[in-house]
Amino acid sequence: MSLLLGGLLALCLTGLLLLLRVYAVVRTGTKRRPGAGGAVSVLVVAGSGGHTTEILRLVDSLSAAYTPRHYVLADSDRMSQEKIWSLERSRQQAASSAQVHIHRIPRSREVLQSWTSSVLSTVHALRFSLPLVFRLRPDMVLCNGPGTCVPVCVAGLLLGVLGLKKVLIVYVESVCRVQTLSLTGKILYPVSDYFFVQWSSLRDRYPGSIFLGRIV
Amino acid sequence: MKTVFLTVGTTSFDELIESVTRSEAAQALKARGYERLVLQVGRGSLLPAADSCPHIQLEAFRFKDSIAEDIRQADLVISHAGAGSCLEALGAGKPLLVVVNDKLMDNHQLELARQLHADSHLLYCTCSTLTETLSTMDLSVLQPFQPGQTKSFANFLDKALGLK
Repeated sequence: MSLLLGGLLALCLTGLLLLLRVYAVVRTGTKRRPGAGGAVSVLVVAGSGGHTTEILRLVDSLSAAYTPRHYVLADSDRMSQEKIWSLERSRQQAASSAQVHIHRIPRSREVLQSWTSSVLSTVHALRFSLPLVFRLRPDMVLCNGPGTCVPVCVAGLLLGVLGLKKVLIVYVESVCRVQTLSLTGKILYPVSDYFFVQWSSLRDRYPGSIFLGRIV
Repeated sequence: MKTVFLTVGTTSFDELIESVTRSEAAQALKARGYERLVLQVGRGSLLPAADSCPHIQLEAFRFKDSIAEDIRQADLVISHAGAGSCLEALGAGKPLLVVVNDKLMDNHQLELARQLHADSHLLYCTCSTLTETLSTMDLSVLQPFQPGQTKSFANFLDKALGLK
């Protein structure tokens, strides 16, 4: 009995320490200046349809200092890859394609998929996101809402928790969201270092968010 | 030829297709000088034939890879409340009338259309008020829709990350 109690106590303590560690990692995020070295490596999470269109417009606004650029997309997404290459081809600075890479992971949530199977497939996607993010060790993850964001950001957070690398999480909520955050937004709001919303009503509701007007 | 382009995106919205091709609605469009009506009907069960509407030149299709060209050619866009369709029409600088499907439960897609209506970027009606809206609407009240300022995002990030 006492052994069980001891075990439970140890588990609780570990959990608490982990939470404190996550909190510390998230809190230090905005003090990081990865750009001081002149370049910021980016992992962009592409979604499908409107999400991809929005995120690529944001990527297009970034200077050549954001190099290399890695894109991760769900393996059932055929449209996004073509859009990414067409953007990168049109960028003047993108002379070297060696600085642009596309990676694929299983989709963590199809539209209309049920909640329970969403959790399962997110865990499945995590098995692919972890090795990818641990290998790339980007300075920042840029994402805007497709389900694939969650496992990728969790992997980035884990790098920080383990003290291997602080990966900045930059989240831009879709312009479609005026009053309520998306599910992905709600999950990532507490762990994002820079969380952008595009309507003042959301900024009022989520004081930790950044509001610069419509940015997409 | 003054053209109206109607789009329902990837949804089905038979009630809208039926309402807009009704004789009163088509006459209201004609009275405003519109002579051609192009319908993108999506997954709906109605795909009106070209001769089904005597007052106006009618074309209908289900889907295309891109409706950008149809929007570009239109003088007025009528759309369901989907965010993607609204943004595409406004981004092209076209006057936009959004018809809300009041048979659908409230969903987050409506948030954006409501806000854009509150900011006078689009007109807003339901199928039952469509004909009346087409006759009485004043497109001159619409405010131009400025594209989002991606530059302010980039500047913010440059400063935050120490690139500037």
